[in-house]
Amino acid sequence: MVETSHNTVLHVADVHKTFGGLHALADVDLAFEEGTTHAIIGPNGAGKSTLLNVIVGKLAPSRGTVVLDGEVLTGKAPHEINQMGVARVFQTPEIFPELSIFDNVMAPAFAKRDGAFKMNMFMSMENEKDIAREAEEIIVDFGLDAMIHTHAGALSRGHKRRLELAMCLIQKPRILLLDEPTAGMSRHDTNTTIELLKKIKSTGMTKVIIEHDMHVVFSLADKVSVLAQGRIISEGAPDEVRADPKVQVAYLGEAEE
Amino acid sequence: MFSMPKKDAITFALFAIVVLSMPIWLSPFGASYPGLLQKFAIYALLAVGYNILFGLTGYLSFGHAAFLGVGSYAAVWSFKLLSMNPILAIAFAMVFSGIFALAIGYVSLRRSGIYFSILTLAFAQMSYKLAYSVLSPITHGENGLQLTLQDPRVIDLMFMERGVSLPTSSLFGIPMNGYEGFYFCAVILLIGFFIAQKITSSPFGMMLKGIKSNEDRMNYTGFNTKPYMLTAFVISGIYAGIAGGLLSVTDPLAGAERMQWTASGELVLMTILGGVGTLIGPVIGAWIIKYFENIFSAWNESILHNVFAFLPDNVEGIVVLISSKFVGEGWHLTLGLMFVLVVVFLPGGIMEGVRRIASWFSRRKDPTKDQEVTDPENMPKPSSKKGE
Repeated sequence: MVETSHNTVLHVADVHKTFGGLHALADVDLAFEEGTTHAIIGPNGAGKSTLLNVIVGKLAPSRGTVVLDGEVLTGKAPHEINQMGVARVFQTPEIFPELSIFDNVMAPAFAKRDGAFKMNMFMSMENEKDIAREAEEIIVDFGLDAMIHTHAGALSRGHKRRLELAMCLIQKPRILLLDEPTAGMSRHDTNTTIELLKKIKSTGMTKVIIEHDMHVVFSLADKVSVLAQGRIISEGAPDEVRADPKVQVAYLGEAEE
Repeated sequence: MFSMPKKDAITFALFAIVVLSMPIWLSPFGASYPGLLQKFAIYALLAVGYNILFGLTGYLSFGHAAFLGVGSYAAVWSFKLLSMNPILAIAFAMVFSGIFALAIGYVSLRRSGIYFSILTLAFAQMSYKLAYSVLSPITHGENGLQLTLQDPRVIDLMFMERGVSLPTSSLFGIPMNGYEGFYFCAVILLIGFFIAQKITSSPFGMMLKGIKSNEDRMNYTGFNTKPYMLTAFVISGIYAGIAGGLLSVTDPLAGAERMQWTASGELVLMTILGGVGTLIGPVIGAWIIKYFENIFSAWNESILHNVFAFLPDNVEGIVVLISSKFVGEGWHLTLGLMFVLVVVFLPGGIMEGVRRIASWFSRRKDPTKDQEVTDPENMPKPSSKKGE
């Protein structure tokens, strides 16, 4: 078992990931602490999304492990990792475009209650009152109630992101991974999302957030790690990281290209 | 377990009326004879079952004819070995097609998309070829599996003497080759339709639709999609097995040609023609194709001359000459054209056409409802508009 400090909930321990000769992640060691919002920033191609893919089980690391509360996640399938309490919001919203908003939110609630597989083919949806109420509540909270029976594919991109967030939150995950939750959003939508995420913060959920927008990072994060060329080059409170000369070089270096 | 939403109950009631009254309303179309009616019911059941896989999960199996074949053989063997009772034969067909579907599904579902389709096609063609070669002790190869006077029929012969002629399948004395046979098939179709309705409106059905919509998201949402898919595959395989069993019940003769890829292709055609993912659509598709195959293909020039008799002689000659290419042997041409037209103009099949007409009518009644049904661009936006 990997050594973790007492309030670390998720530990990415010495993870390497190579694609052919490319080191997408090298010696990445990150500890995510209970109840905090931990931002990971870095220039394009720094390995941020690769890191999330390793955590959720989409990619197997070439070396190293990911540990959630003392249990090794590495080698488990994505659905098992989700069942253990890890939910993810993708960079491009991953929703069920052909299903209604209501069903989009119902599905993860079923996964939470019934586990990875249940033969419930003779149950009627009409009898699932508890889950339906829960889904309705969260849809109202997220301001999507006017469109509850609309097919999710018809939503605007901003609404799709919000829906995906609702789908993750109805599961009350231990860890919420957010991959650029405000990318491509207007300033107004970005601010709404920040408010929403602040609200979630007060529930004590641990969040890992990948973000380009420094405004978002500094409004939300308790701790920032900077990833460049697959390595962690700086880590600490937002203001410390901002002042770190190495971080400025990494970002400026990208700008010169 | 037997409760269902009101809308589904109405659909079921209407469907039951339509199916049970088929001998009446099909007679003006010349299709009201037992042999064809039985086929209508059997192939509708096959399409309903196939839709549970293809319609709900989006996995296109190109090998469902194999299960149809297995069901047929299992039923005939049940007649030969045990009894001429159709219920026993159907139970046999269900068990064997279920086991077969479990094995094929387990392997094929390791891949998705086109690779899944190719794997199912390969298995079905393999079964077809094996039925003619290695397995011919079981399938009797090209002769087909038939009843003989020497069959053991253990259960039946405990109660009665061996007759001098070949027995026919009968349900406690009711023969299964006439209208009674059609009603037997129709009742099983209704049961199958009811179960398909339950599955579609259950949480399980929603998961299957989720897999069709975004399988990756299902995984990241904590669902193990494999057992869901395998269950759907086996259920639809059992439906095909029952349909195969019913083919044997109404005519106790099983041949390997039922397993050929053209039979699987026909099933895909039925589903797409009627409307993938709808409950009624595949049934309509099945009926249209079976109608064309059996009635339209029998039309010839003299019938056409009668149809167009009201035209002036020389015009009639030309019209008959042209239209004769589309009937009789040419029924495949008509079917092909119809299929192309449907896929191009009504990608959702005939059911989409029905929906469009229905929404056109409701819009004429109530012009304000306009925006609700049509395209997503016109979706009513929430009052606090948030741009991209």
